[in-house]
Amino acid sequence: MKRTGALWSATLRAAVAAFVLFAVAGPLLSLVLWSVAERWYWPAPLPQQIGAKYWFRMLQGGPLRALLRGVEIAGVTTVLALVLALPVSYLAARRRLPAGPAVLTLFVLPQAFPQLPVFASATVLFYRWNLAGTVPGVILIHLVGGLVYAVWTLTAAFRAIGPELEEAAVNLGASGTRTFFQVALPLALPGVAASAILVFLYSLDEFNGTLLVGAPYVTTLPVYMYTASLGYELQVASVTALVLMVPGMVLLVLLERFLRAEYLAFFGRL
Amino acid sequence: MEVRVERLVKRFGKVTALAGVTQTFAAGALTAVVGPSGCGKTTLLRVLAGFVRPDEGRVWMDGRDVTGVAPQARGCALVFQNYALWPHMTVFENIAFGLRLRRLSTREIEKRVREALALVELDRVPGIEGRRPRELSGGQQQRVALARAIAVRPRLLLLDEPLSNLDAKVRHRVRVEIRALQRRIGITTVYVTHDQEEALSIADTLVVMEGGRVVQAGRPEEVYARPEDPFVAEFLGSTNVLSGRVAADGRIDEGGEGRLLFRAEDVILVAEGALPAGDFVWARGEVVDCLFLGSVYRAYVRVAGTVVMADLRERAPKGPVVVAVPRRRVMEFPGRDLGTVA
Repeated sequence: MKRTGALWSATLRAAVAAFVLFAVAGPLLSLVLWSVAERWYWPAPLPQQIGAKYWFRMLQGGPLRALLRGVEIAGVTTVLALVLALPVSYLAARRRLPAGPAVLTLFVLPQAFPQLPVFASATVLFYRWNLAGTVPGVILIHLVGGLVYAVWTLTAAFRAIGPELEEAAVNLGASGTRTFFQVALPLALPGVAASAILVFLYSLDEFNGTLLVGAPYVTTLPVYMYTASLGYELQVASVTALVLMVPGMVLLVLLERFLRAEYLAFFGRL
Repeated sequence: MEVRVERLVKRFGKVTALAGVTQTFAAGALTAVVGPSGCGKTTLLRVLAGFVRPDEGRVWMDGRDVTGVAPQARGCALVFQNYALWPHMTVFENIAFGLRLRRLSTREIEKRVREALALVELDRVPGIEGRRPRELSGGQQQRVALARAIAVRPRLLLLDEPLSNLDAKVRHRVRVEIRALQRRIGITTVYVTHDQEEALSIADTLVVMEGGRVVQAGRPEEVYARPEDPFVAEFLGSTNVLSGRVAADGRIDEGGEGRLLFRAEDVILVAEGALPAGDFVWARGEVVDCLFLGSVYRAYVRVAGTVVMADLRERAPKGPVVVAVPRRRVMEFPGRDLGTVA
């Protein structure tokens, strides 16, 4: 009886493990398979011809350009979001921002509504301002979401710094500005790094807004992947998807080092 | 620098932290402000530092009204309860921070950092300047915080429960050192603590606060021996409270109105009818327990409904006994015991 129980539990565990493996590795494996399939017709279970043709194409043409364009946009978005968010977050964290909670709410507001209508109405405005189809237009739309991450993580980072550390500086004669740059900012650096990574990743993977505002002139990797899969170029879409995963995985590993639990625990709290 | 506060009032929402505090802090002296938590002592310190602006009242430093002066311009240095050392800076950078703000030359800064480290006796620890706060022991962090404060040669040194995060042994040693250091550089010092023993031992002037007010101030010996207020009598020392009043023959009449306060070290235990000559106040009781405290035995004697503590040289056997206190050691206050002894 006991032995049968052990057997059952072992079987169950094996089944769960197999399912997890399938759920996680399955799609990845299929992506890898498709990315190297030069010829794969139904009903063959495996590609008939395997090669790196599409990977080479990736490195030469459109996808690489789309990746670089995306990195460029994400870089500018990150810098702008941090520059805008740092003073707001610092003042909000120290409760010196007039109507601080209201301002913080303002930054989550765009996330509270369904994304598509928000972006669609933004696009209409952008057409009027001649920003549609331009890189600055895409950066602006990325800032809407990026600022949410930046403001909230930075506010949490500043709030995690004991106020007496700043008071000690003021007590010894330091001005508010000096206290910020020599005490608060250096101590918040892990939070700033975490915030930068979150915004960068968000911008790099952002799709809806980029497509609506940027089309047809601004193509980032997610948009490129979308167009490729629409044209039944599954190989191109797979290569793009795999490439798109790389910065995400690298940055997430970095993020683990910087992002402390308290930053997330604070998210959404006023 | 002589510091004087007049009729300070500070409210935080519905809580009144300071309810009209008037007090002079003598130049060059160490004034210890003591009281239970929430008595307003930390708020008083933060008003002196300029972090809290009082709702009413004035702060004078050497005859100058500094009530509205920014904390940066007050020339006082505050040592925080948790030290508030900057973790991203080395010990040297921490101490040099205030000196750099004063635009001193590099050589002068190095000299003053070394001096400050010597004053807090950290100069014997090799390579300490290059270490970060988290690499130091609690006692060392405390000393670095002190060094950072005195390096700028403040005119007023403020200490906010500076020893409360240290263990007992280190606490006693650093307490003596702070006292010696304060004497040597002769700096006006305000020392806030909730520890009455610490306050009594370190202070030139003792200020006892309760409920946002100063209830008594004076030399420690004076305040301890002649409390003007039942709160002070209870707060300082190991104090017994009995409700009642003294009858003509010295017996404590527990029916009467009034409070009798006396300290455990003034109590003697004698057998019935064996009261020594002299003017004693006494009551019948029963020893219920006796603990060895190291330097003394502390007997717990049940007297009517209360337990009286008595510090003795020898162990007291359990059983009936007479509790006696010299009459001049008994403090009498009107009103019944409100049960405020913790």
